[in-house]
Amino acid sequence: MSKDVKAQEAKNPMEDFLRMDRIPHIWCSGCGIGVVVTSFVDALRKSEIDLNKVAIVSGIGCTGRVAGYVKLDSFHSTHGRAIPFATGLKLGNPEMQVVVFSGDGDIAGIGGNHFVHAARRNMDILVICVNNFNYAMTGGQVAATSPINANLSTAPYGNFEYPFSLPYLADACGATYVARWTCLHIRRVTMSIQEAFQKKGFRFIEVIAPCVTLYARRNRLGDGLNLLKYYHDNSEIRHGADTRTLDIGYQGKMIVGKFVDREKPPFLECMNTHMKKALGDKYVPYGE
Amino acid sequence: MTEIRFSGFGGQGIIRCGLITGKAISLFDNKYATMTQSFGPEARGSACSSQVVVSEDRVLYPYITKPEILISMSQEAYDKYEPDLREDGILIIDTDLVKLKAPRGKIRVYSVPATRFAEELGNRVFANLVMLGFFTAISKAATPEAMKKALPGLVPKRFLDLNIKAFDQGYEHGQEALKKEKDQPKG
Amino acid sequence: MKKLKVDPKGVLTGAHYLDGDFAIAEGALAAGCRFFAGYPITPSTETAERFAERIPFVGGIFIQMEDEIASVTALIGASWAGKKAMTVTSGPGFSLMMENIGLAAMMETPIVIANVQRGGPSTGLPTLVGQQDMMQVRWGSHGDYKIIALSPDSPQECFDLTIQAFNLSETYRVPTFIMTDECVGHMHEKVVIPPADKIEVVERKWYEGPKEKYLPYKPDKDMIPFMVKAGDGYRFHTTGLTHDERGYPVINAECQDWVVRHLNDKITKNAEKIIKYEEEQTDNAEVVVVSYGITSRVAYRAVQLARKAGIKVGTLRLITVWPFPEKRIKELAKKVKAFVVPEINYGQMVLEVERAAAGKAPAILVPHCGGWVHNPEDILKAIKEAAK
Repeated sequence: MSKDVKAQEAKNPMEDFLRMDRIPHIWCSGCGIGVVVTSFVDALRKSEIDLNKVAIVSGIGCTGRVAGYVKLDSFHSTHGRAIPFATGLKLGNPEMQVVVFSGDGDIAGIGGNHFVHAARRNMDILVICVNNFNYAMTGGQVAATSPINANLSTAPYGNFEYPFSLPYLADACGATYVARWTCLHIRRVTMSIQEAFQKKGFRFIEVIAPCVTLYARRNRLGDGLNLLKYYHDNSEIRHGADTRTLDIGYQGKMIVGKFVDREKPPFLECMNTHMKKALGDKYVPYGE
Repeated sequence: MTEIRFSGFGGQGIIRCGLITGKAISLFDNKYATMTQSFGPEARGSACSSQVVVSEDRVLYPYITKPEILISMSQEAYDKYEPDLREDGILIIDTDLVKLKAPRGKIRVYSVPATRFAEELGNRVFANLVMLGFFTAISKAATPEAMKKALPGLVPKRFLDLNIKAFDQGYEHGQEALKKEKDQPKG
Repeated sequence: MKKLKVDPKGVLTGAHYLDGDFAIAEGALAAGCRFFAGYPITPSTETAERFAERIPFVGGIFIQMEDEIASVTALIGASWAGKKAMTVTSGPGFSLMMENIGLAAMMETPIVIANVQRGGPSTGLPTLVGQQDMMQVRWGSHGDYKIIALSPDSPQECFDLTIQAFNLSETYRVPTFIMTDECVGHMHEKVVIPPADKIEVVERKWYEGPKEKYLPYKPDKDMIPFMVKAGDGYRFHTTGLTHDERGYPVINAECQDWVVRHLNDKITKNAEKIIKYEEEQTDNAEVVVVSYGITSRVAYRAVQLARKAGIKVGTLRLITVWPFPEKRIKELAKKVKAFVVPEINYGQMVLEVERAAAGKAPAILVPHCGGWVHNPEDILKAIKEAAK
């Protein structure tokens, strides 16, 4: 073996993208978050995007830790506040590609109102939400996404609240790109992220991922492999599906695919266009 | 130190009166003038008021306590604020909108049909400027030059001339009133 | 600190007749603030309105967020993108902001927040004056940290101290507050805005060394770490978790000790440089009136009356309320019979006076629970009592 090949082999392919000095990560074995991170890194590599111009913002929770491992300008903010943080960052430096990477509790639970409004004003950010149906960091409590009948530590006799369908919510609030995958669909996730990088406005990708330690154990669903098998057997790709039909029942069928892909000027473009029209030459355009 | 209160009902430009007076005095008459106003739902609708404290030195206490000058452009405002007026104060009213109670102390009363004059000028929205002109002549709290200099930015640009006209008319009416008073001393 | 050339586009040079709320917006623009995220709340809304009206002609962002939590969080994001950022609020909104004021403190992010105080608790008196958030600003978010807070007594000072707040915030990488009140916020007075080249604005402490060596939380000699902008290729990490010099989370007692001491000491040890107050006739004073904001103006009227009555009374007006000038109070406590502390609350800063005086002289509170300013007579009565 030549020295070059050895040197090449010695270098982990993730090295340019991850903070290797922080590995091993904290996620449990069988957890799906790492898989989504790999897809994300793959998308960064394939899209040949300038890594100095990509920022990642997370909230709190298991997925909230992503910001700590990715070697980008990375911000680990407070619970639920990744989206407003990203809003400030994007508007502060409009040339950046700002990605929010967080969990369902963070994005749809405590941060639900921020999600709704960022989508409404078509803020130019990409939101990747890893949905594991529960609050995992704190020990498996019921979430806004928990399916009815699922057992959770704060719903010990089963959940009876209606869950959010996140793609439906994102669509209704005006997102320009909405997709859902499971973490079994690694190449699809990568492609979706690549595609979303090319688009402007509020882009939303939900990735269903297993929480083996809490959600799966509590509900006796087996290990990571069993859950991937469930994803395999019960997910159906249906691009362009009506987002009103995407509810996920307990261990039920999951419709995945790209549901929304629309063109709509994002916040800053709206601001500049509108102000130029309203104020003419006196307007000082921002971030163009 | 002089304490002035403008009062009337919401929509008459009462706050604007305080703003113009305060700006005129502090920017162009080289005195200190602090303007405060009532806020919130209680400031809308019925009786609303704005207050100006004028002083040769820096104003410390920001609110008026016992005003020397009360301008009332509505009956409700007059009823509400008249009792606070000093016994030797000046009361200025819109002739057509305020019905006077029995005189109190040595209060001097001056009246101007501000709203009627404004309507004659084309729009009753100028009534507050007629009133300001009249008030300026009577009280001499500000110079008329300063008052007119204070207008840009506080009245719509395209109505600046009409506002000045309204002010002048009120001012002249005030001077005539003073002249009449001088020519026909009471008692 | 490096001086920054002031962008004249933001400076409305000249004499104006403005209320305190407007003056805060003008101060922010003059200081180079180009990012404002806010949520409407009486009696602070006029600052947001003024900024929204002016910023299109200057170049920058005004965004009305969905709530105060989002507003202050957006400031932190914008600040890391290199923008000077501010928001304005009042009591209920201030309470909502607390969570991410803690984040700004932890991430050592320069942001400026104005609180136009009204009467509380809860919805309280939306349209009427209070000074009831003076302790909240110091202690409001959980955990141990320190902030800087200034208290203007007039629209002119709203303008001046907003610039000052930005300078302090940038210098010490700390959330900095303008603790004004409804009275000053809504009061119109003459405000003189100097020419751009006469305004002193400091530059953030930017890192200039080799990229790979950058550590976002390595304290410099003055204790303040250097900062970089997102997008400049440093690919740094920052977190609200307890962290080391790299900004990486370290969850143990040792690192916690390092972080907490740093967040507090960087203010405490620089306190003498930060603190500003105005002192009058304290040399032979028997009584010193300690006050701040609108109450100091009302108190001066009482002081004038007391002096006429032959009482030797001095005044100490706090311009910086946090950090508190405890050293000066300690010195005065040795000489005076008593302090008189009027404030529009039921006793907040008086506790600090009491603490600093450490039993050498009593601090007599003249409380007003909010809704109006003091009657000068009440303060006079307390001065007379204190002089006995």
